[in-house]
Amino acid sequence: MRDAFLDKLTQLAAKDKDIVLLTADLGFGVFEAFESKFPGQYFNVGVAEQNMTGLAAGLALEGKKVITYSIGNFPTLRCLEQIRNDACYHGLNITIVASGGGFSYGSLGMSHHTTEDIAILRALPAMSVVAPGTAWEAGEAIEALINNNGVGYLRLDKTTATNIETKFTLGQSIRYKEGKDITLFTTGGILSDVIQASELLQKQGINANVVSMHTVKPIDKEVIIASANETGGIVTIEEHNINGGLGSAVAEVCMDNGIMPRAFLRIGLDDKYSSIVGSQDYLKAYYGINKIAIVKKVLDLLSIKN
Amino acid sequence: MTKVLAHNIRRHAINMTSSGGSSHIGSILSIADILAVLYGTVLNYKADNPKWQGRDRFILSKGHAGAGVYAALAESGFIPIEKLKTHYQNGSNLSGHVSHKGISGVEFSTGSLGHGLPVATGMALAAKINQNKHIVYVLMSDGECDEGSNWEAALFAPHHKLDNLVVIIDRNKLQSICSTEDTLALEPFVDKWRAFGWNVIDIDGHDHEQLINACHSKVENKPLCIVANTTKGKGVSFMENQVLWHYRSPQGEEYEAAVNELENDNA
Repeated sequence: MRDAFLDKLTQLAAKDKDIVLLTADLGFGVFEAFESKFPGQYFNVGVAEQNMTGLAAGLALEGKKVITYSIGNFPTLRCLEQIRNDACYHGLNITIVASGGGFSYGSLGMSHHTTEDIAILRALPAMSVVAPGTAWEAGEAIEALINNNGVGYLRLDKTTATNIETKFTLGQSIRYKEGKDITLFTTGGILSDVIQASELLQKQGINANVVSMHTVKPIDKEVIIASANETGGIVTIEEHNINGGLGSAVAEVCMDNGIMPRAFLRIGLDDKYSSIVGSQDYLKAYYGINKIAIVKKVLDLLSIKN
Repeated sequence: MTKVLAHNIRRHAINMTSSGGSSHIGSILSIADILAVLYGTVLNYKADNPKWQGRDRFILSKGHAGAGVYAALAESGFIPIEKLKTHYQNGSNLSGHVSHKGISGVEFSTGSLGHGLPVATGMALAAKINQNKHIVYVLMSDGECDEGSNWEAALFAPHHKLDNLVVIIDRNKLQSICSTEDTLALEPFVDKWRAFGWNVIDIDGHDHEQLINACHSKVENKPLCIVANTTKGKGVSFMENQVLWHYRSPQGEEYEAAVNELENDNA
């Protein structure tokens, strides 16, 4: 996913000298080619995320299209007030890119588990929040966010689902499987688990509607309303704490529009930090958000409903 | 010329903080001379074309003294002087902390400390990339140097040889509760900035000639830091060096006394 992001950014930077990439000292072995190709469009600002975000604002005020890059929570939570006051309030063209969504860096420990970012950034006015489900979505997303000419957050994941190339528009979800029995809304690379879960459900006679909600803000209200009305219920799956993330965003749309899905469940971390470590797959299994857990929870939900 | 402007900024500030019942008059009086020198002679700008590309940029990082900037902008033709009466009032966009929305001439909104220098550094970096000749000025408080974000930028600017960046620090030695030295000692302050690689000039922040000379004392490849030694509340004797006037709004007899003192000094 990161490679797809960087490939697209490299294409864009070659055509647009106003694109500037800032990294807070992360990306060893990643950005060297970009740096040598585009002098004056790349700066390693050091381990200093607050300054990186302030610099981005200053550059963007002067017409630059700025990408700030780091991993995990560093480019977001560490400098949240700079994002709010300096970037969002001034409506600048800044895209914040975090590599390592969810448990991508599972073995590195709690500091590197990126599990509240969507909720926190979604709360900021003038902010778009994007968590691609595939490498292709990630490449499309960086282009769309830069062209959106505002502040955006791009959450990159180590896990990715298989690419399906279609039309990418900010705020418009992408359907990966059609079905009527239940809708599975997801965001980020955990789309991979959700698609696999839908295949396992298929074997049990349950046809799931699988939707990548790559843009959590602005959210695709029409698809949520249609899915609530036309399918057997809604399950949201995110590699993120359940408070304030995708599940909350979907629930808000339902309530705001007076729609009660036939069944509803949010799957995510249950308001906790992980103090154990492990691979991304291990932690997803441990916390009940992998494909097996998704299948079980969907079956339980539908059996209760029925 | 700049003396008159400094006086007018002080007079407006007394009126604005009195009618609005707002805080920070001490902080504004502390920087009135710096603002007067900047808007009166140092900064290149066109009030009738505030986004003119060749203008010098100015950020007030100590946004709580925003009334001083609004007054300077009004006196310099950016906004109507009448508008100053709306400061702090319901529905006004002249907020207590400086905001750019709808205010011609404000480059950047501040209010939370430690934001101005990183942003100004980014603007200076952009000017270098674009080979523009304008200068980026940022006015900070000394108390705000407690914020670590400033020291991140203080490392960055010399590393990238941003000699188009000028930091002016309002060194009045008082912060929110007590002195800077009793709060979180800054001294040796000049040495700290010098050690970070800045061209540092230590001056009397109320002496206009020293301020003007300092702003023009650039050294190639080095950002400039002017430590402007000031008196909080400068110009109104009973406000000088009193933390109370970080918060208190001049009302009644105190308002009259402050106005009389400023007018007598100006006579």
